[in-house]
Amino acid sequence: MTTIADELTIERRGHAGSASRRRTNFVIFLGPAIVLTILFFIVPVIIDIAVSFTDLSRSLHISEFTTEQYAKVFRTDRRLSQVIGLTFIYVFGTLAIFNVTFGLILAITTTAIRNVSGSFFRGVWLLPRMSPSVLYILLWLWAVSPTEAGLVNQVLMQAFGLDAPLDLLTSAPIALIIISNGFIGASMGMIIFTAAIRGIPEHLFHAAAVDGAGTFAKIRFITLPALRWPISFVTIYQTLSLLVSFEYILLLTKGGPFYDTTVYALYVYRRAFESGQYGYGAALALFLIVIGVVVALIGWRFFDMERLLQRPRIEVH
Amino acid sequence: MAKIEFRNVVKRFGAIEVIPEMNLVIEDGEFVALLGPSGCGKSTSLFMLAGIYLPSGGELLFDGHVVNEVEARDRNVGIVFQSYALYPHMSVRDNILFPLRFKKTPRDEAFARVKAAADLVRVAELLERRPSELSGGQQQRVALARALVKEPQLLLLDEPLSNLDASLRLSMRTEIKSLHEQLGVTTVLVTHDQIEATTMADRIICMRAGRIEQVGTPDDLYLRPSSLFVAGFIGSPPINLIAGEAEAGTVTVNGARFPLEGGASGSVTVGLRPEHLRFGETGFAGRIAQIEPMGREILYVVETGMGAVRVLEQGSSAGHSTGEQVMIGFLPENSLVFETARQKLIAGAHVRAPE
Ligand SMILES: Nc1ncnc2c1ncn2[C@@H]1O[C@H](COP(=O)(O)OP(=O)(O)OP(=O)(O)O)[C@@H](O)[C@H]1O
Ligand SMILES: [Mg+2]
Repeated sequence: MTTIADELTIERRGHAGSASRRRTNFVIFLGPAIVLTILFFIVPVIIDIAVSFTDLSRSLHISEFTTEQYAKVFRTDRRLSQVIGLTFIYVFGTLAIFNVTFGLILAITTTAIRNVSGSFFRGVWLLPRMSPSVLYILLWLWAVSPTEAGLVNQVLMQAFGLDAPLDLLTSAPIALIIISNGFIGASMGMIIFTAAIRGIPEHLFHAAAVDGAGTFAKIRFITLPALRWPISFVTIYQTLSLLVSFEYILLLTKGGPFYDTTVYALYVYRRAFESGQYGYGAALALFLIVIGVVVALIGWRFFDMERLLQRPRIEVH
Repeated sequence: MAKIEFRNVVKRFGAIEVIPEMNLVIEDGEFVALLGPSGCGKSTSLFMLAGIYLPSGGELLFDGHVVNEVEARDRNVGIVFQSYALYPHMSVRDNILFPLRFKKTPRDEAFARVKAAADLVRVAELLERRPSELSGGQQQRVALARALVKEPQLLLLDEPLSNLDASLRLSMRTEIKSLHEQLGVTTVLVTHDQIEATTMADRIICMRAGRIEQVGTPDDLYLRPSSLFVAGFIGSPPINLIAGEAEAGTVTVNGARFPLEGGASGSVTVGLRPEHLRFGETGFAGRIAQIEPMGREILYVVETGMGAVRVLEQGSSAGHSTGEQVMIGFLPENSLVFETARQKLIAGAHVRAPE
């Protein structure tokens, strides 16, 4: 026989037990992730902040702590506004033309045709993503080479009768960096959109066909609404990754001619490692982190991501 | 409204022949049920009518016109899918409105028709909701409204009641039936539930492995099933099938002799429906092995010399007890005799209970 008091103590002990178990679970499951986050995100940011308040340069010698770097970012660096403008064009151009729109077109067309050919085309579009970046850019350099040997020039001159070879790296560098990045970026959207399209119940398309919808109406009323979440996700994710990545640009144009294709992340790199202004680079980088966070938050609000997040399927207590 | 005709229609998926050859006429305004076990090609036939699948051979006619190549959107059919297939991101109103979008119906008229269709299936108060906020029965009604709003010449229902609970199924059965009487639209109902088919349809098309086994009124299929398959499929609890040998006016089953009326010889199968069997003074003998009360009826499983025989008796309390010795009798005209080898009914042949 147990009294009510006994039961209460048992219950309380049970609660205490589950609380300590919860603590253990927390450490076991989230511990590694927390350690990694601290080591590779929090610590570098702190170091970055620290460095940004110094005049650290090539000599690796700190002579004073100063806010001079921030004065430079916000006031004296004339080039910065041009760099930010270019970054905007680059990020939204690549995103709007390739990563979302072209990825969507690829996903829709390759799921509409026969399975075998669809997989084949998707495989082809994945190739650049799978090849090493240096190799990929070497191919681009050959393709746009300003000599008669370049692929583009061969095609233009032999098939379209162009007289003199074009120098695209000089005449259309921004278009080039957008296209070369877009060809790679489109594949991620393609894969995510394809998976989402595959997940749409076939009966919805059948119902729409019987209700009178043609191909475009089916895309508009069935496919696109089902892709709202993936489109939002790809947009935000790719915006952030385009903001901070610059390796293809560095390899293809080195940011040139002059500063014409130097996007913000590359500008940070050039300032810090080409000109040796580590302190200034750190301040610029911190500013980039802030921009990234702001863009992510705006995107989150704009796409109403919170509403799109699904409630957990299993309730965990 | 339309008269539908299948002429030697064939359907293949790659190398798999799902419908080998189908011939069928559905009259204008008729309510027919496609009945058969899972995987026999009911949905496939329905999808060919809707234009979702194209026939691989033969001709499909609406009112005498071949429609093989006519696209789904030009056929003016309404369909309710087994999963309902409501558009998840649209409100109920937009779901019902959807077919009218493509018919260039003027706005006011379209809204009036949506209202009318919603009233008809009693979902008028749900118009602003999303499908995910509806119960199964409500979704089913919305799907029905969407199918009806364009005033189709043909209404197709693919197992519309299979997701509903028993009582809802019963009331939707009556509602769909009365809707059909009200609108008079040619209706094809797909089901694997024989009770649904017999209670709702004017005629039943019983299918098996892509072939039509029998077409007829519910009575035809119940009283004169053309084959053992149909006999076994129609009726609940299922018919008793007893194998025997016919010779010189008698069917012998494991020593018991049933006098035979009508011509038959060789191996036969005698079909006796549980509800046609009665306990009495004469007939064949057995011992009650099991009693299953089924509400207003009692099902007895009786061990006899010819195996277990099911007997269904009216009444809510059992008049017999397990272990009791009984005699089972029946009226000769209620018995069916099938040729075992060909599985076909021998028309006009009956057996009498042994004296
Ligand atoms: N797209 C397809 N490709 C290949 N085979 C198919 C396809 N659709 C159906 N089948 C086959 O055709 C046969 C009939 O399918 P169908 O969907 O018409 O059956 P059903 O009678 O509606 O069954 P259920 O009652 O289970 O819905 C099945 O054997 C199925 O495997
Ligand atoms: Mg089916």
